[in-house]
Amino acid sequence: MVSLELQGVSVAFDGAVVVDAVDLSVEDGHVLAVLGPSGCGKSTLLRAVAGLEPLTSGRIGWDGADLAGVPTHRRGFALMFQDGQLFDHLTVARNIGYARRLQGASRAAVRAEVDDLLDLVGLGGYGGRLPRTLSGGERQRVALARSLAARPRLLLLDEPLSALDAGLRGRLAADLRRILTESGTTALLVTHDQDEAFAVADRLAVMREGRIVQEGPTGSVWAHPADADTALFLGYARVLGPRAATALLGRATGPVALRPAAVLAGPERGDGIPATVRSFRPTPDAGRLVVSVDGVGELDAVGVPGWVAEPGQRVAVRVVEHAIAVLPGAAAEPAGSAP
Amino acid sequence: MRMRTLTGRTLVALSTTALLASSCSLIGSESDSKEGGDTTVTLVTHESFNLPKDLVTAFEKDTGYRLEISKLEDAGALTNELVLTKDKPVGDVVFGVDNTFATRAIDEGVFAPYAPSLPQGADAYELDGDDDDALTPVDTGNVCVNIDDAWFAAKGVPAPTSLDDLTKPAYKDLFVIPGASTSSPGLAFLLATIAKYGADWSSYWTRLVDNGAKVVKGWSDAYFTDFTFSGGDRPIVVSYDSSPAFTLNKSGDETTTSALLDGCFEQVEYAGVLRGETTNTDGARAVIDWLLSPQVQAALPESMYVFPVATDVELPADWAKFAERPETTEQVAPSEIAKERKAWLEQWTEIVSR
Amino acid sequence: MARRLALGLLAAVPVAVVAVFFVLPVGAMLHRGVWPEGAFDPGAVLDVLRRPRTARVLWFTVWTSSVATALAVLLGLPAAYVVHRLRFPGRALVRTALLVPFVLPTVVVGLAVRELIAASGTLGFLDLDGTPVAILIGLVFFNVAVVIRTVGVAWEGLDRRPAEAAAALGATPVQVLRTVTLPALRPAIVSAASVVFLFCATAFGVVLVLGGVRYSSVETEIYLLTADLLDLPAAAALSLVQMLAVVALLVVVGRLRAVPDPTVRRVAAPPARPRPRDVPALAVTVLTLALVSVPVLTLAVGSVRREGRWSLDFYRALGGSADGLLQVSVTDALAASLRIAVDATWMSLALGLVVAFVVTRRVRTRAGRRARAVLDGFFMLPLGVSAVTLGFGFLIALDQPPLDLRASPLLVPIAQALVALPLVVRTLVPVLAGIDDRQRQAAASLGAGPLRTLLSVDLAVVWRPLLAAAGFAFAVSLGEFGATSFIVRPAEPTLPVVIYRLLGHPGALNYGTAMAASVVLAAVTAGVILVVERLRVPGVGSW
Repeated sequence: MVSLELQGVSVAFDGAVVVDAVDLSVEDGHVLAVLGPSGCGKSTLLRAVAGLEPLTSGRIGWDGADLAGVPTHRRGFALMFQDGQLFDHLTVARNIGYARRLQGASRAAVRAEVDDLLDLVGLGGYGGRLPRTLSGGERQRVALARSLAARPRLLLLDEPLSALDAGLRGRLAADLRRILTESGTTALLVTHDQDEAFAVADRLAVMREGRIVQEGPTGSVWAHPADADTALFLGYARVLGPRAATALLGRATGPVALRPAAVLAGPERGDGIPATVRSFRPTPDAGRLVVSVDGVGELDAVGVPGWVAEPGQRVAVRVVEHAIAVLPGAAAEPAGSAP
Repeated sequence: MRMRTLTGRTLVALSTTALLASSCSLIGSESDSKEGGDTTVTLVTHESFNLPKDLVTAFEKDTGYRLEISKLEDAGALTNELVLTKDKPVGDVVFGVDNTFATRAIDEGVFAPYAPSLPQGADAYELDGDDDDALTPVDTGNVCVNIDDAWFAAKGVPAPTSLDDLTKPAYKDLFVIPGASTSSPGLAFLLATIAKYGADWSSYWTRLVDNGAKVVKGWSDAYFTDFTFSGGDRPIVVSYDSSPAFTLNKSGDETTTSALLDGCFEQVEYAGVLRGETTNTDGARAVIDWLLSPQVQAALPESMYVFPVATDVELPADWAKFAERPETTEQVAPSEIAKERKAWLEQWTEIVSR
Repeated sequence: MARRLALGLLAAVPVAVVAVFFVLPVGAMLHRGVWPEGAFDPGAVLDVLRRPRTARVLWFTVWTSSVATALAVLLGLPAAYVVHRLRFPGRALVRTALLVPFVLPTVVVGLAVRELIAASGTLGFLDLDGTPVAILIGLVFFNVAVVIRTVGVAWEGLDRRPAEAAAALGATPVQVLRTVTLPALRPAIVSAASVVFLFCATAFGVVLVLGGVRYSSVETEIYLLTADLLDLPAAAALSLVQMLAVVALLVVVGRLRAVPDPTVRRVAAPPARPRPRDVPALAVTVLTLALVSVPVLTLAVGSVRREGRWSLDFYRALGGSADGLLQVSVTDALAASLRIAVDATWMSLALGLVVAFVVTRRVRTRAGRRARAVLDGFFMLPLGVSAVTLGFGFLIALDQPPLDLRASPLLVPIAQALVALPLVVRTLVPVLAGIDDRQRQAAASLGAGPLRTLLSVDLAVVWRPLLAAAGFAFAVSLGEFGATSFIVRPAEPTLPVVIYRLLGHPGALNYGTAMAASVVLAAVTAGVILVVERLRVPGVGSW
């Protein structure tokens, strides 16, 4: 069942269109991630949903009802910021219980709920601390608990994990997914980090320059990028035009996007496509190469484990079929294909 | 945006330039430094001091001194500043210390002796107890309650005729008094009541205040703001016996106000040479002589609204006609004033600020 | 080591200036009071404190200051919101209008309020002349700008996201205000309130002009005791009480004055269009604007009306000397005021820059930090010490060579520079402290020497605030009355002194001329403030 529905939503600042005719929907109990580079308008979109930015045109609906004119505090959409925005003058427990106190819940009820939420986010016993004594990850957990305590109809997450370091981000992303699933929360997440989006969301919408360029289940978006720029943004390393792709794959095809590990390189033997090593860089797992393939151009490649190559050396390369994505259309050479 | 910062900067630059150009002073303008040494004589006085320009010019021409006049606020502030700065006086000669403050300044040793030859009649105003010739009397006047007779006539109410009347319900909210702690006529009026009522003066004042008497800061506030003759709403005011000479009717043949001759206090203003290492003593003495000269004595009534101490000077016609002087005045010995003033003023302040 | 020595030497310059021109005169006055006749006599001082009059004066000061502070905060908060968070046509003008009273000469404020409430004034029917209400109006008029400025600047720089988070958690606008915004603004509000209380409790001109003889605050009582009664022990006692209270308040203010952390990135909200829920705040702002502008307008109108007709007589009289009452013409006094203000401005800027520079250096030791805090407070002292004590102190302390400055044309600008110094320091310190020290480190690592670093990092940031501080110092100097009235050379009076003198002789022409002179002074001051506003320096004049 569709809960949140955006139709032709546009937002402009001083005439500059930041969000351009966006259509999106989020189903009850699902998590939608809006993924896009910084400055693409995704945060503005989130603020518009929260009622913090007025729409230039379009409509935002919830359960079929238009939200125009409903102020932020009546929408029941909790917003969680990148850096938490905890109230520094309140303790952790009072931060989490904030919304429930506003709703007039009894003191005992609030305390019980706060304790449950602290356990849920793995911070049991932290209730009496002040926000500034917490680490970045702990602050985000408290911010999440505070948002959940409001029992929001929709949880809005603005880059919830971006401020954290890489290791912590991975662990917290898994926690976030678990917590959202366990509590059955409907959520809209905006992020520029594909890993965060993949780890947390059911569906993915890719946003660029104010427009949604692709939307679908997370895995399908990842496997089938809509165009070259999207592919590059989703972590594909190179995009080959139709001519180069046909030469590499040995069959007629449209443009193809290659993941970093889509080309395997090894010592020259009978099989494989001949290529010349341009550079070689050892890494703990395997060597990283840049190779030049006749009729295709330069490609990134991964070396066979334990093998070392020299620039200028002749090698053989092989394409890993599940690490490539065929892009729709036979368009001209995309912008991102040049090495 | 760009436009805005540009205009902003232009504005700043322009105003800064204008400012520096209009008053390009980076260290004052010391135009009047003491280039002439003894040729300048500084007269310290109160702000009511005022004499015609040609008299000042004549003094400078006759004596060769340049007269610099330094005005401080009123007689009280003047005296206090003299006391505070007695180690290094701010001038050479002072005019305007009156008989209510004089003793304090003399006791503090502010003055150097000088005994000029006094004009006729002036010796009657010499300060009691001033045995060292510290101060020379220059002018005199009596502080008296003034009545706006025209106002009372228009209202059909009989005007008050004594200080006692002022506490009667008929004259409720009609009296305005300059403060005794903040003005010398105010202090003079307080002394008049002390002389008249003795130890009962405080109960008299309590009745005055209860009857709606308004106490303001200075004589000019009282006379020019609150007094009905000046457009205020109180027809009884503490002023001088000479004041009626300035309140003539349209035809100029009669005055519309009168002084209540019951309970007047005689004020005398003195001049004195200031004691200091760098005092221009000769210049200071010349100034005192000048103040006693017939020309200055004759100019005093019109310029400063006071009577000259010299009796051989002719008074202006209006003064002779309308400024009626009391035959007797209330007296408090200067030594007693010196001793009790602080206690009296404290008690008085208590009463009027209750 | 060398660096610390250099800092110490640098700090010594302003310390010496303040010591000579502030501590010495004030100390001399206190010495006369506590050691009358050369013998230590604290009994007389204690005796003064037991007088019923003293208790009444203290109580009057405390209650009028408290009420005026409360009113200024109540009126100032909504106005701070409106002029710093809302967007509407004429906002810059409204902001300037609300700021001008703070730098208007107190004498002009007193005159403006009196003109309004006098029997013949617009509010004459309320019969407020000579009542404490008149003093309260004057104090609020004068100080509401401090609240608007200090709180407004904090409000403007407030991160909008906590409030948005609260709204998203279901808090209504009123709940957001109560639970998030006001707590975040609390330091600014308390700091503004403390400073306003300080200004109210030491107000001289306003109480002198509006209070009459009946109502006396500590400051006017010190004046009365010193100038009229020559009761120096009593004056010293009250000065000491005042100073202790001021120091205590300054400590409180210093604790609360949070310098923004330069490393924290804030997302400030752009000013928004007014919405229906802003109506109450807008209404209060209109009321405040009326409170601020009506007296000034009354004054302006009064200056062009003579005997019921429009007339420029009073302005023509500015060229004269009021029938010999003044030794110079009013225009000469204006020129003298401008000259003195230029000198006072560069003096306070030079001192202020050094002070601000010294107190914002990173100090590593605890003792060093404490020394810096004491230094910071030391330069705030002129804010709260009786101008009367200072003025008379100048007369008795600066009369011996090499400090025989009584007749020097430098004395007035120096005194005014001291009065403006706290304002200059308060404008520069947040800016200098707001420079992330890593910027200096980056410059140094790129090969810039200390001087080069100063020029390329500090000066680049500080020149606009410096210009703004210059404007404020200039305006403050133009309007200074308290200390100036005691030390001004009679032959070269400043405009506020002339206005006060004209007021002391209220013949119709004198009174009108005083009004015209006040309008001229107010216009010049407002012009200066308008320029300061154009500089758009965040945090100018906040405490």
